[in-house]
Amino acid sequence: MKELIERLRSKFNAKNVKEQRKNFVFITVAKKDLEGCVLYLKEFEGYGHLTLLTALDWIEKDQFELVYHLHNYSNKTDVSVKTFIDRKNPTMVSINNLWAGARVYEREIKELFGIDFPGCPRVNDPFALEGWQEIPPMRKDFDTKKYSEETYFPRPGRYTKDNVAQMEEQLYPVEAEVKNGIAKTVRKK
Amino acid sequence: MKPIWNDTQEYDLKSGKYVKIWQGPQHPGITGNMSIELLLEGDEIKLLKTHVGYLHRGFEKLMERRKFINCFPIVCRICVPEPDTNEYLFATAVEELSGIEIPERAKWIRALNLEMARLGATVMGLGGQAGSFGLGTIGQWAVAHRDFLLDSFEELTGGRIYHMYIVPGGVRYEIPEGFEGRLEKTLVKIEKLLSDIDKVMFHNAVFKSRSKGLARIPKDWIEPFGINGTTARASGVSYDVRKDHPYLIYDQLDFDVITGTEGDVYARTELRREECLLSINLIRQILAKMPKSGPVRTFIPDIMHWKIPAGETYVRAESGRGEYGYYMVTDGSEYPQRVHVKGPSYTHAMSLLEKLAEGNTNADIFGIMVSLQTYPPEIER
Repeated sequence: MKELIERLRSKFNAKNVKEQRKNFVFITVAKKDLEGCVLYLKEFEGYGHLTLLTALDWIEKDQFELVYHLHNYSNKTDVSVKTFIDRKNPTMVSINNLWAGARVYEREIKELFGIDFPGCPRVNDPFALEGWQEIPPMRKDFDTKKYSEETYFPRPGRYTKDNVAQMEEQLYPVEAEVKNGIAKTVRKK
Repeated sequence: MKPIWNDTQEYDLKSGKYVKIWQGPQHPGITGNMSIELLLEGDEIKLLKTHVGYLHRGFEKLMERRKFINCFPIVCRICVPEPDTNEYLFATAVEELSGIEIPERAKWIRALNLEMARLGATVMGLGGQAGSFGLGTIGQWAVAHRDFLLDSFEELTGGRIYHMYIVPGGVRYEIPEGFEGRLEKTLVKIEKLLSDIDKVMFHNAVFKSRSKGLARIPKDWIEPFGINGTTARASGVSYDVRKDHPYLIYDQLDFDVITGTEGDVYARTELRREECLLSINLIRQILAKMPKSGPVRTFIPDIMHWKIPAGETYVRAESGRGEYGYYMVTDGSEYPQRVHVKGPSYTHAMSLLEKLAEGNTNADIFGIMVSLQTYPPEIER
């Protein structure tokens, strides 16, 4: 693991190296080095399994962070390659030609974070949110509470716990109103 | 580099040669709420597109607004048949980031809980696989036997489906008195069920002729598609998180990784039957080797004002369907900055299913889908 980190440092100028566990390391590379770095790890170091690809929104730093988590089946180690991209114009190079499974991740990130991956097939198709009009929902500035208050309305609830009265109100509203009105006036007396 | 599959081919829908049909999201053959868009030429599938989003509840976004302990009722809903893996992984990620060590006995009880959940989910999966090929009786048997396990869960955890039993710092309660004996009775029943399934399913001409050679996954697809778990093991890849990255007490148990060679639907189903037997074996080993007394929960800070130091981690565990992973980032506040859930269905049901369906018939698509053990809430979270 130590030699691998040294090689990544010299080749791709890997920074912020953090060994989370003894067989698991986080590294950060520049945006332009990322494709070369994951390609090198895949082809020459045996990190052939893309465990996950996800994004984080650091709204205070005005940056998106992309995490490429790679796993090596033979020596059972993990490398998490991270990179930061600009939040104003989020575009990233697609790696769908390295891993066929990556296209799904990229499509999801395009929808949930609005990060574009030019060249990835079907990247513009909706993933889980068909007909979404708002800003991408996983961004930190998307207000879930405001959205749900504006979009969904509370259904009228039951005002009585008596089942008979409830059904009467639902099925025979006029008669129920008359009956309740009589009951009220009678009670008033 | 050459792309793995060529999907630039255009199909002329107006030529009258092709039929486009939608199946799902409400369809008895589909696992869960997802729909598939099929382009057929005769009975042969030319193109399949999966559509998810019918069950999108935005769990990952919801967790950003909740305190760590409030996330527990959310994470278990990511996977209904086997929620314990989610609870375990979330608890482990929180413990790793905050530096909490759990007691020895809690580790064993957690492993017991995980194996019981795996057994229940795998038995039900076997029934679903039989049902997808028209052998509905086995599905009924399997669900009935899973119910005995749910009774055990109710006794152990208080809940039948969602347990919320594994919490940061250990597990919620002690094992009830006499639980081992009652669980053993259920295990014997399930063993009997598995031998019955052997007779009516694995020796059944209909099942054999339909599933042998169907949707074969070659070994060189494992890495590009990110396949893992039972699906990868049926193709001959010996990778099991319990063995390769031992968590909890799995390094103290005696078991071998089960692999297949063929990689078709029959091999995957057969492997899952073996996995059931392995789980039964592991449950017996755990009950025998478990320390008989000791604390089950360690001290944790006030859960409503629990600040976890800034950090990030990725934890993984073997669920009944494959490797399950949680990527958690914290920023030192009371709320998680980001929780990303990586379920095995994510890659299996989207890219792999789309590729595997090509060239198969419309009638077999549900068999393929169930054999990949797709489960939509993991995909859309």
